Amino acid sequence: MTAHPATLDIERTIGLDPEALRRDFPVLHQEVHGKPLVYLDNAATTQKPRSVIDALVRYYEHDNANVHRGIHELSQRATNDYEDARTVVQAFLGAAESEEIIYTRGTTESINLVTASWGRANVGAGDEVLISAMEHHSNIVPWQILCEEKGAQLKIVPINDDGEFLLDEYERLLSDRTRIVAVNHVSNALGSVNPVREIVKLAHERGALVLIDGAQAVAHMKVDVRSLDCDFYAFSSHKIFGPTGIGILYGKRAILEAMPPCESGGDMIKHVTFEKTIYNDLPYKFEAGTPNIADAIALGAALRYVNNVGLEAIGAYEEDLLAYATERLAAFEGVRLIGTAKHKASVQSFNLDSIHPHDLGTVLDREGIAVRAGHHCAQPVMDRFGVTATVRASFAFYNTRAEVDRLVETLHKAREIFA
Amino acid sequence: MSDLQDLYQELIIDHSKRPRNFGSMNDANRTADGFNPLCGDKLKLFLKIEDGVIRDVKFIGAGCAISTASASVMTDMLKGQTIEQAASLFETFHYMITGPKDPQHVGSGLGKLAVFAGVSEFPARVKCATLAWHTMRNAISGKTEAASTEQVK
Repeated sequence: MTAHPATLDIERTIGLDPEALRRDFPVLHQEVHGKPLVYLDNAATTQKPRSVIDALVRYYEHDNANVHRGIHELSQRATNDYEDARTVVQAFLGAAESEEIIYTRGTTESINLVTASWGRANVGAGDEVLISAMEHHSNIVPWQILCEEKGAQLKIVPINDDGEFLLDEYERLLSDRTRIVAVNHVSNALGSVNPVREIVKLAHERGALVLIDGAQAVAHMKVDVRSLDCDFYAFSSHKIFGPTGIGILYGKRAILEAMPPCESGGDMIKHVTFEKTIYNDLPYKFEAGTPNIADAIALGAALRYVNNVGLEAIGAYEEDLLAYATERLAAFEGVRLIGTAKHKASVQSFNLDSIHPHDLGTVLDREGIAVRAGHHCAQPVMDRFGVTATVRASFAFYNTRAEVDRLVETLHKAREIFA
Repeated sequence: MSDLQDLYQELIIDHSKRPRNFGSMNDANRTADGFNPLCGDKLKLFLKIEDGVIRDVKFIGAGCAISTASASVMTDMLKGQTIEQAASLFETFHYMITGPKDPQHVGSGLGKLAVFAGVSEFPARVKCATLAWHTMRNAISGKTEAASTEQVK
């Protein structure tokens, strides 16, 4: 895989050089509406480095074959690379074994796998499921459906006006009926980093499992599932510089083994007769059908890239950038910041005067600045803050202070138009 | 910035800030809700239709400048129109912002609705401009289905 020795040197000595790293991302070097692109929609999806694009091309140009049917050379190569990527993910998350790493289509499918398999087998009438008030719809709706089906109760842990998870309220809501707690590690709409370690500890004390939606966390901070002791951890490749269409569900082996398969078909079986089917071992039990081979391999390339840059350096750089963006936005007359938690990562939502976020988004777009304007698939969060939508700037390590300046300057133009 | 000014024309800004016919109506005989799930824009439209003529029209809701101005201008335009005229106005309007460009005839026959011509350059905003109109069509088509004053969903 492409190593970046120069980058590594810089990282170890003076932190991270965004200008050098930007050169790895072809898409960043273009003009939009005649202005240099400023991509601040990283919480929606991240851009892809050359090494990820190359991995996809290389696979399709040289190695394309079906996996786990390794009679011929190409199939062997495809299988090796596909399984190598799994061990990269395992190491990335600090999982004990690669069998605990299930490929899915993304965070949404990972959560749905848990609700459909573990949930159906383990949640019953009168049981309780806990989620927080700042979840993405993908970590609300699957639980709603499960609870409705089983006659279980979905309980919501409130957040405060800064968008912080209320641990004491959480502790009060936990009960002996709580079967599972599902929370995001980082809120996509607010950027709040949740106290997942404490959340897991308290849940385990009451005998409940914990699923962490890590979609917004993995690209910004080191995650160690064994140290967190969470039971499930889910993330999407495309939010960490990998391709769309592939994601991960980590689960503790004992829990995954006890779970019934979710989808059935080829690859997830050991032996099939018309009378009975013996299911395959982990992780294949949960990977029915020909998998998304190319994107899994490219996810491996993305994680290698992130490892080379270094999550510690990324975290430190982004913390500084977010602080700068927050400070400049807060100082701008008419800006209301949404999401002001003490501990945050790479996201700042805001509104300007009474300008609708979509109008502001259009003005920013015409200046080449890509932001998200809307409810961020987190309508309950919007309701909590009494807004229908916000503008959200979300950062990656390839963003710069100069880009933040352009964002803020364009707010003046918006005010002129809507004054 | 010139194309932004094409989109956010003075009349649009004015109507978005001071929407006309804004409020609910007690004696409406047609109402419909409009909702854009992608952005959360919401609209409720009230119509009073007598003998096939729109006598009065009002709306409430929250949305962006384009959707608010569109609803405001639409309500202004619809008063006194027959149902057929309203439907035809919608078609001409819809064609102006989604159809192939025809510089000769942009906005012809649309009166002040022509200020929305710039929306055609902003595909992401077409739904904002048409939300009120779709809602109007639903409200009116309720007549043929229910032929009553029941609320149309």
